[in-house]
Amino acid sequence: MTSTEPAAEPRHGLRLLVPWLVISLAVDLIIWFVWKPHLPPGDLSSSAQHQQFDIAVLAVSGAPVLIGVVGYFIYAIVVWRARPGDDSDGAPIHGNTKVQATWIIGTSAIVLWLAVFGTVELIGPAGAGAGEGPSPIWQLAGKQTAVWTPGAGDMLQVQVIGQQWAWTYRYPQFGGMESSQLYLPVDTPVEFHVTSLDVIHEFWAYQLGVKADANPGVDNVAYTEPKAMGSVTVRCNELCGIWHGAMFNYGEVTTQYAFEAWATGVQAKEAANGVLAALPAYALTYDPTVIPQLGENLVKVDSITGAAGYYYPPTDPVQP
Amino acid sequence: MSVPARAAALLVAVAAVVALGVFVAVYYIGGASALPTVHFAASGGQANVVLQEDPQNNSATRPDWVSYYVQDPSSKQWIHTTLFSVPANTKVNMTIYGFDGCTPLRNNFWGQVQGTIGGTVTVSQFDQHGKEYVTNDTTSLINSWSDCNVGHTFAIPSLGVFVPVASPNAKLSANNLCSSSPCTTSGNPYSLETFSFMTPAQGGVFRWQCLIPCGGGYIDGNGGPMQTLGYMTGFMDVTSA
Repeated sequence: MTSTEPAAEPRHGLRLLVPWLVISLAVDLIIWFVWKPHLPPGDLSSSAQHQQFDIAVLAVSGAPVLIGVVGYFIYAIVVWRARPGDDSDGAPIHGNTKVQATWIIGTSAIVLWLAVFGTVELIGPAGAGAGEGPSPIWQLAGKQTAVWTPGAGDMLQVQVIGQQWAWTYRYPQFGGMESSQLYLPVDTPVEFHVTSLDVIHEFWAYQLGVKADANPGVDNVAYTEPKAMGSVTVRCNELCGIWHGAMFNYGEVTTQYAFEAWATGVQAKEAANGVLAALPAYALTYDPTVIPQLGENLVKVDSITGAAGYYYPPTDPVQP
Repeated sequence: MSVPARAAALLVAVAAVVALGVFVAVYYIGGASALPTVHFAASGGQANVVLQEDPQNNSATRPDWVSYYVQDPSSKQWIHTTLFSVPANTKVNMTIYGFDGCTPLRNNFWGQVQGTIGGTVTVSQFDQHGKEYVTNDTTSLINSWSDCNVGHTFAIPSLGVFVPVASPNAKLSANNLCSSSPCTTSGNPYSLETFSFMTPAQGGVFRWQCLIPCGGGYIDGNGGPMQTLGYMTGFMDVTSA
């Protein structure tokens, strides 16, 4: 009498685990050493460097999961597929505590790791280049001074003003001069104060890794520190009207002394041609319906502005 | 309902939606592209472009909107458009007649002349009797907050050209502004402003706009004519040789 013993099941776990480890390690090494230097938004500033690091860490964390899931699918299709002519039932499915526990613990560990990592990377680089509102919780280290001096570790304050459809920048430490160009010194902590004169815009300095909403009447503070010299593209990232897509300009990160020369030059020019005197006193937000130089609220004195000249405030009724 | 009837109803519904889409595309997109383009040729490396801005316009649909006009260099007729072309690498001599009243700039920084040759504009102002009370004032700043004398702006942001366009004197011209477009210098107060800038060496299409919130009846004054081609925004087509 002979008996037919069922063939021993191969060790599926081991057959899955070893290739998964090898492929995951290889892919993670490629991500870290080959892909990471080219990840957006580059490494022009401290916040950009952190964002590049964050994306690389997320990719390194996510790649083994992706490889594991796809690898398992492929393995299952190849190994457990129904052979031609095999019409038998599949094996009964039973609960597997070890698999369930591994899955729950593994996914929990990944989620908790991402939560801790995300929080650390939000706090460490002082808000990660995002707008923190008028009272930022996390602030970049730097001396708050009335006048910015190169090499002194002073925080440079730059006010970003959005208006349909252009960006301008005010530098309170240089007499409140205003420019349509963004110039920044390298290796200097920068404190952006982002606001708007009309509708909601969003200041997005791509290579700096800075993104902050520009809301009328709101001072939205964001931090970064340029780490290398180069060009910066500034875009509006909030749909704001017909020319939203064209609401961009370019900035430049230069040496600290070149920046000081530029800033003092613009300040002197605007003092000479009367622009500084024509601008309102520097403030964190502006109410453009109040014109101090005319001594009155223009909304109420439309007769001054002529028959067709009227200052249109947000409350002006919208025609159908 | 039978299957053929339901199929027919479905086909009719689809056809109606397609027809609506085609109508919208033709009416709005096609309509926008129907704006005429005024071509300016260069002579001796220079092109003379003449614009005017009015408190209203002569369109059938939005006659109450403020608007720019472009003067045809051949016929001298005023064309209700904001599309014009100039040659590349050319000195453009702009002349803008300002017939609209003043509106203070939302950001007085735009009162600074930027991107013109010399960084200045030259302004004259006339009353409705033709009396000239400001004559050829060359300035790098028109402060709209000091005595409200900026009507609109002419800006080509990607070329760094930002020019405040003077209005007629606010107090002297109140209630006397031109009321029929295109406006004429006879019997109307106006400003006359000239400046020059260089077109880039390479051709391209450059949008230009007004930075004054002059769209009356719209939130912050930035709707309506401010966002409609043919009124306070347009394109300058720079053509390569």
